[in-house]
Amino acid sequence: MSHQRLSAVDRLILAVPLGWLLVFLALPVVAVVALSFHEIADSIPPVRALISVDSGRFALHASLRGLRIVTSDGLYLGAFKSAVVNAALTTIGCALIGFPLAYAIARAPASRRNLYVLLMILPFWTSFLMRAYAWMGLIRDSGPLNSLLLAAGLIKEPLAVLYTPAAVLLVMVYSYLPFFVLPMYAVLEKLPSDLLAAAADLGGRPFYVFRTVTLPLSLPGLISGAVLVFVPAVGEYVIPELVGNSNSVMIGGILWEEFFQNRDWPLAATIALVTFVMLVAPALVLRRWFSQAGTARI
Amino acid sequence: MPHGDQAILQVRGLNKAYGSTPVLNDVSLDVPRGSIVALLGASGSGKTTLLQTIAGLVEPDSGSLLLDGQDITTVPAFKRPVNMMFQSYALFPHLSVAANIAYGLRARSTPRLERERLVDWALELVRLQGLGARKPDQLSGGQRQRVALARCLVMKPTILLLDEPMAALDRGLRAAVQRELKSIQRKVSATFIVVTHDQDEAMAMADYIAVMDNGRIVQFGPPREVYETPQTRFVASFLGVINIFDGAATGSGSSGLTLTTSDGIRLTAAGSAGNAATACVGVRPEKLVVTRAATGLANDLAGTIEELSYGGNVTHAVVRVAADRRLATIILNKAQLSTDLLAVGDAVHVGCAPESLVVLHE
Repeated sequence: MSHQRLSAVDRLILAVPLGWLLVFLALPVVAVVALSFHEIADSIPPVRALISVDSGRFALHASLRGLRIVTSDGLYLGAFKSAVVNAALTTIGCALIGFPLAYAIARAPASRRNLYVLLMILPFWTSFLMRAYAWMGLIRDSGPLNSLLLAAGLIKEPLAVLYTPAAVLLVMVYSYLPFFVLPMYAVLEKLPSDLLAAAADLGGRPFYVFRTVTLPLSLPGLISGAVLVFVPAVGEYVIPELVGNSNSVMIGGILWEEFFQNRDWPLAATIALVTFVMLVAPALVLRRWFSQAGTARI
Repeated sequence: MPHGDQAILQVRGLNKAYGSTPVLNDVSLDVPRGSIVALLGASGSGKTTLLQTIAGLVEPDSGSLLLDGQDITTVPAFKRPVNMMFQSYALFPHLSVAANIAYGLRARSTPRLERERLVDWALELVRLQGLGARKPDQLSGGQRQRVALARCLVMKPTILLLDEPMAALDRGLRAAVQRELKSIQRKVSATFIVVTHDQDEAMAMADYIAVMDNGRIVQFGPPREVYETPQTRFVASFLGVINIFDGAATGSGSSGLTLTTSDGIRLTAAGSAGNAATACVGVRPEKLVVTRAATGLANDLAGTIEELSYGGNVTHAVVRVAADRRLATIILNKAQLSTDLLAVGDAVHVGCAPESLVVLHE
């Protein structure tokens, strides 16, 4: 592996994060993988041991039932699909609002940038649930949003926003926005203003400069921001539960239901695994594509 | 100073302030067509702001810019036939050398074949043939500078603006690059405006020098004129070394002026100080004659050599002519190792003609 021999201190320092990853990442993943092959049982825990010893003979009780259900039942496929669509829309929403926001912060006078970044992350000081409930109050039929629109004469009847997919999208974009803005800002802030001036000097109109200089050079921030929003958004469970349509099924919600209500742990584990693979695979592809793009483009 | 139709660019009464700090203070300038003009000044003198205003990257508070007689004051940067080479070069790191050079051509939708032809022409002009596919971070500092230059020249600009073009280069490279820039300028017959804080660079490259101080152009003219007949004390001491005398002025008129300093030195100068009772005159070190006997010139001062520093072709000598007055002189080492070498402590005479003394204004 390493060409240099590590000192005892180095090994010790490395052992801490490696140990942490082993205990809190690798072991749980292995446990979830194993759990997905279990057979369910009416006991506590609600699964049968994978291997049992019955009168001196080993017996294997593994099953692919979870995978079969997940890949054949329209409920689960639909839930995966809507989770991905919802996360994609959230990511697009965050990008559309977050990019100009990050750009504006990066172009603000240096003395004020830190203040703006602070304001951006200030909501984190409040409980997430509080903010979600605040949104419920704002957008409900008799809430300030509808009162305002009614008073302005723009609508005649209250808009039904709460408990719709639009409300889910609104609150998700709101909640995930800082995760997009921060990496985006970090990249844009380092973009030399000379490059933009040179592009304009060479005859580039503002939009042309944006498309040919700003955007390509801020791609790394765009990608990290998108990954930071998309990955947790796929598994988001609380926001749809609070402000979404009660009929809508999200993968996070189904997982919760299978695990806690139906006590079907193997199925819940399978759902978790499929989600995991779904998220990691595109990230790996993206990474590979991105590292090649760095060298191949002329 | 050239006027009227020879001027490719006329700068008229430009003012610019950042907050309450004025950066450009009523700047006017005529840039002769096809020349190299150096904007010379210390940092904070406003030279870069003037350049950015000409490029259209900075909007002036008042005043106007006429390019070829057309008012371009409000024309945005991307529409001006003026290109700028940035001090940092500002090459696009994600684009190859060829794509960097083609950037402006693409922006103005030049057809592909024409674009490729022009990029090849520009690469050859700056001697970077074969490096078109490289990325900027695979080039040396000198090569990057030439990409930045080619990227501007390919646009065939009416005026090329260069912001401290030598600042990022090794000292040893600068003289060669200065010569190359001059030869390229002749080849493309464009007008160059160069910002620099280096007087040697300005004199070596420019046909005209505009000396800037505190947001104003304090003197404009050919290098020789600016160096030989500086108008003010600031210009005189910013461009090279000068010995300055302050004193009471008498007999100022057509016959010249006589100046008497507080330490009793009397000098006659060819210029005029008007009706002022006091005046200031200066003389460059190389204009002073140093001899053992009296110089026989109109201005002759006796003194002793206090410092000598041998510099090969010349020797720099500091001569003390009064208790608290030392003059810098330069002696050309014409003779072969002579037996009559000057030594520290030798009594000498220092002299100059009235024409060598320049009257300086504040």
